[in-house]
Formats: sequence, structure tokens, C-alpha cells
Amino acid sequence: MLLLTCPNCGVAAEETELAPGGEAHLKRVGPGSEDADFEGYLFLRKNPKGVHFERWRHANGCGKWFHAARCTVTLEVFGTYSAQTTEPPKDILLKIDDKRPGWRG
Amino acid sequence: MSNAVSALPGAAHAGIASVTEMGLQGMVTLRGDHAEIAAAVKKVAKQDLPGQRRINGGLGKGVAWMSPDELLILCAYEDAASIVEKLDKELKDAHHLAANVSDARAVFAVEGPAAREVIAKLCPVDMAVFEDGEIRRTRMAQVPAAFWMAGPDTIHVVCFRSVARYVFDLLATSAAEGSGPGFF
Repeated sequence: MLLLTCPNCGVAAEETELAPGGEAHLKRVGPGSEDADFEGYLFLRKNPKGVHFERWRHANGCGKWFHAARCTVTLEVFGTYSAQTTEPPKDILLKIDDKRPGWRG
Repeated sequence: MSNAVSALPGAAHAGIASVTEMGLQGMVTLRGDHAEIAAAVKKVAKQDLPGQRRINGGLGKGVAWMSPDELLILCAYEDAASIVEKLDKELKDAHHLAANVSDARAVFAVEGPAAREVIAKLCPVDMAVFEDGEIRRTRMAQVPAAFWMAGPDTIHVVCFRSVARYVFDLLATSAAEGSGPGFF
């Protein structure tokens, strides 16, 4: 079971209370971009085995979006943070460095 | 003016806990920056702004925290329209939305020593630590619902009117005689 703490309402919400929103921190390319770049933005995802940054919506709760950093192998959750950001917060990145050395490679 | 009726007038079930439809209840959704709407809520609903996931008061007279930018004002069914009017007047300079949602909701009471168990069977919520004065929006089987403790053994459940029959049947099944796990 996956429990994510919603940073908007503080509930440790179970997975079925949430709606997944896919990979986080995507940057839209275009207008006027190359087709290949736009295809990458639309369809190509990293999907590594291990550390993922994801968007989630607390659909059956406060209804707000948030971000989560977790490991898809162990289901360990490194942290959740506000949706109003373009990159993961430093403390979560440091925590992941600590627990999964070399994950950035 | 047509005669307003609630979703399942008089529906009731008795088992390890009783499930009762609560009839017409007034509800007003108020969206906006909590800091900006607090004074108007105090003036119109006569309630303080609740903290995160808290509810002040209860059915008929109360204010519940629904999300970082949303409150639910509970009032008498007849008063909902005038409360919207008063809120709009108080908040005319603030970005907000007040809407009378009384007819879009159904309210049930689950009463009895096993009330927590009836809810725990249906919702992904740790009912062992669920407190007085807390409101929880969650999933009840397949539909969204919210509930709070209205007394030591009473839980009030709010859901959308369109799923009122579904939620009543769920609660009634969950409260079936002899089905109590006796966990709490």
C-alpha cells in the first residue's frame, strides 16, 4: 500500500484516495519547436527503475495537486511537496542522495 | 416554488449501528483565500475559521475546512440562500465564490457504539485516531464522501445527492446485524 502525505491538507492519504498525474517537472517545448522535441515533451518519459518524481492529485480529499518523490522499487516515499514549484526541494534531493547514492546518473 | 425534498426521505436502517437520512440540510460552499474570508464567515455564519481539517459546530450551524481555499458552511436549509447573499455582500471586494449546494448533497447519521467500525469498513481512514472536531474528506467505497464526529458514538456523513442511494446501501450493509469486527 502506498501512503502519501498531502502537503495541502496534511492527510496521510492511501493510494486509492489519490489520482496519479504522471512524471513531474516536465518542461513544455514550443511553440515553434522541432517536432522531435515536442514529441519528447508529449510522449517520452524517463521511467527509471527507482527514484521517481511524480504528480498526484488528492482527488477524493482536498482536490489539490502535489508532488511526490518516491522509489518505485521499494515504494519508499522520500517526501511530498507543493505543486507550485518547477524543481524538487533541496532537502528531498539530499535525502535521496543519502539513501540512493548514484541515482542521478 | 416546488416542494423541496431530501434524497431519501425517512430512510433508516438498524443493525450494529443505526443509519438515518438527515433530511434537508443547508450547505454553502465558500471558496477564497481563508485569511480574506475569515471576517465575513465570523459575521455571517457566527463561527470562527476552522483550522486545517477541523470543523466548528455541526449540522445546522457550523463551518468546516474543506481545502486550503474552501470552506463548507452548515446552516438550516431555509437560510442557505440568504447566507450566500450576505456573504456576497460582505465579500464584494474579495475574490471569492459562495454557492448554495444544499440540494446537491445528502446527509446521513451513523449512530451507535460500532459507528467507527461501520465507517472503517468503507473508507481508507484510521478510525482509531479519528478525533472530535475533525472532518475528513475521503473515498467511501467508490464515491467521495466527508464525515465528522457529531458525538461520542455519532458520525455524520455527507455525500453527493446523486449517490445518496448508493451510500445509504453501503452504510446499511456495513452496519448489518452481526457484522461487527469488534475492533475498536
